[in-house]
Amino acid sequence: MNIFLDNKNTTTLKVFRGTDSNINDFNFFEVPFNDGASILDALNWIRENIDESLAFRYSCINANACKECMVLVNGKTKYSCTTRLSKETTTIEPLSNKRLIRDLVSDIVPPKEKL
Amino acid sequence: MKFLKTDVLIIGAGGAGMYASIAAAQSGKNILLADKSLISRGGATVMAQMTVAAAVGHEEPDHWTHHLDDTIKSGQGLCNEELSSILCEEAVDRILEMSDWKTDWARKDNRMSQVMAPGHSVKRCCYVDFLNTGPAISRTLRGEVAKHSNIKRASGLNIIEIIVDNNIVKGAIGLDIETGSYITIDTNAVVLAAGGLTRIFSRNSASLNMGGDAYALALRAGAELIDMEFVQFFPIGHLAPRLVGMDPIMWDPFRYKLGGILLNGNREQFIENYGGADGKSYTVSRDLASYAIIKEVEAGRGSPNGGAWLSFEHVPKVELESAFGPIIKKLAENNIDLTKNAVEVSPIAHYHMGGIKVNTKMQTRIHGLFAAGEAVGGANGANRLSGNAIPEAFVFGKRAGQYASEYTCTKTILTTSDGVSALSKVLTKHKIDNILIKDNNDIRMTSIMKKLQDIMWNDVGVIRTRKSLTNALDLINNLNVNYFSKILPPDITVYNKQLMDWLDLRNSLLCAEAVCLSAYNRKESRGAHQMEDIPITLTEFEKNQVIEMNDGCLLTKWENVNKIEFKLKKKLQALK
Repeated sequence: MNIFLDNKNTTTLKVFRGTDSNINDFNFFEVPFNDGASILDALNWIRENIDESLAFRYSCINANACKECMVLVNGKTKYSCTTRLSKETTTIEPLSNKRLIRDLVSDIVPPKEKL
Repeated sequence: MKFLKTDVLIIGAGGAGMYASIAAAQSGKNILLADKSLISRGGATVMAQMTVAAAVGHEEPDHWTHHLDDTIKSGQGLCNEELSSILCEEAVDRILEMSDWKTDWARKDNRMSQVMAPGHSVKRCCYVDFLNTGPAISRTLRGEVAKHSNIKRASGLNIIEIIVDNNIVKGAIGLDIETGSYITIDTNAVVLAAGGLTRIFSRNSASLNMGGDAYALALRAGAELIDMEFVQFFPIGHLAPRLVGMDPIMWDPFRYKLGGILLNGNREQFIENYGGADGKSYTVSRDLASYAIIKEVEAGRGSPNGGAWLSFEHVPKVELESAFGPIIKKLAENNIDLTKNAVEVSPIAHYHMGGIKVNTKMQTRIHGLFAAGEAVGGANGANRLSGNAIPEAFVFGKRAGQYASEYTCTKTILTTSDGVSALSKVLTKHKIDNILIKDNNDIRMTSIMKKLQDIMWNDVGVIRTRKSLTNALDLINNLNVNYFSKILPPDITVYNKQLMDWLDLRNSLLCAEAVCLSAYNRKESRGAHQMEDIPITLTEFEKNQVIEMNDGCLLTKWENVNKIEFKLKKKLQALK
């Protein structure tokens, strides 16, 4: 809801890209900075404005109910929906203890829920 | 293309889908429970925070027929009363069954606590503290599902088409998102339990996967939809300041409990001007409150972000702390201090009364095709009573699962080549019809969805006019022809968000058109369908509108409402 309506400031996200966890490929995205905006808001902003192919996982959109949006924020496991954007450059990576699927998506599907 | 065989395919693993799978599993048959998100995490159920209406009568004397009476009143002449009575009667059994399965309903002295909610005649709404109803019931159902070895769970399986032959379900095709592969599924029966369509409005309380999949799958399979014009707008969804980690509809229970006051941009109370009563014992209906807020915004008296102020500033701090419990801390993390500031709220698309037309076995007119939960239309008429959505998921889920597993039919086996040909129809339709622009940066899937959400919010939202609806139909057509059709379906790769978006859009655009067309045809105001230029309710429109798809075109017709008033009155009289 008009999250980035009156942005004048920006901040930078350093985002892991690709399907091979051994290759350190990062993209830098300049995103609008607004007090209160979450990492998930910024990732969605990137998809809508810069690169639609960026992959990340979420379902409930900022309600912190689905618990699907976990990523590493500056090396720490966080929900991207409840972690606020920072003015400093922030590194976003997929979970390190799960198999990488693509970009920020890691394999968090329980084994018994796979085909 | 991968191949899978099952007896019953359940699409959507929220409350309705999980309940359906548990019921279907009793038959011993093979059940495939698919969700394009993760099992029990996507959809609406997990986001529910508060009320579940059921006449268990623990707080004060109650009977399901009273619940039915309230439901029918709220539905303003359009409830399929047969479905409504099933909902109200069986809600009691389901809520107690959930209790047996160890859902931690709020209790006092071993009796379930029940609270009042707008439109109910008694304290009827059960809940799990604090604002934890959805996660708690999702956990219960997830545990029950896991007990059945004949339920195969599939997270990240997006069903994109039901394959029907001669009005009989043959199977389905799906996208396995995580591995990036298409799959053919041979099944006797399908249960559509993928929820509603509120995501197609820019202001919504939806999760990502509520873009109308169940309705679009049903339409394309040949089933009928009913009452698609009726979208429930939740009047006081959170608007500003930015609030994360909470469901945007969280304010409602506190507004009842503490008497939060709605103020316009000039800090004046306004609900009274529209015939409602505000304040602690407020009983203003959802549709009236939504209407009043939108009218204030239109008149230039909105809050800064285009809504209204919700103020608890008059409530003593101690009272706030006791009512909000741990939520106060979450609010503080969002820089919200209710003793000092009001918050901005706005109507948001919250629930869809319309949906798939089913009989009492939750069966559509297509043999082997069933529906459950919010995906079903009819039980709530023109306006849903608060607290009826979760019982609807349980009751209709249980029924759909049971009848789908009992359903048998001699059908020809679906082969992988059937799947391949169905898939190529989905993916190549565009190639034949349209000039293609691949990798055109001006046309993004995300921007088409945004455009669609804006059209629906601006022209098909809380207040509609004949002009706004024709405008919306034109704009949606334009989105289809000049935008969506010019994008090639993205290639299949592991976790391809663009392909997921493309499949979502395909469904959402169809649903949007169904809502607009139905709204345009209903030339009156009733319940959640408010026409500014026709502000009256007309007896001639006390009918359900049915919509179907024929050769790619949507067709509508009117049908008489399924009423059981006479039987109900007798039953109520017998009780007195």
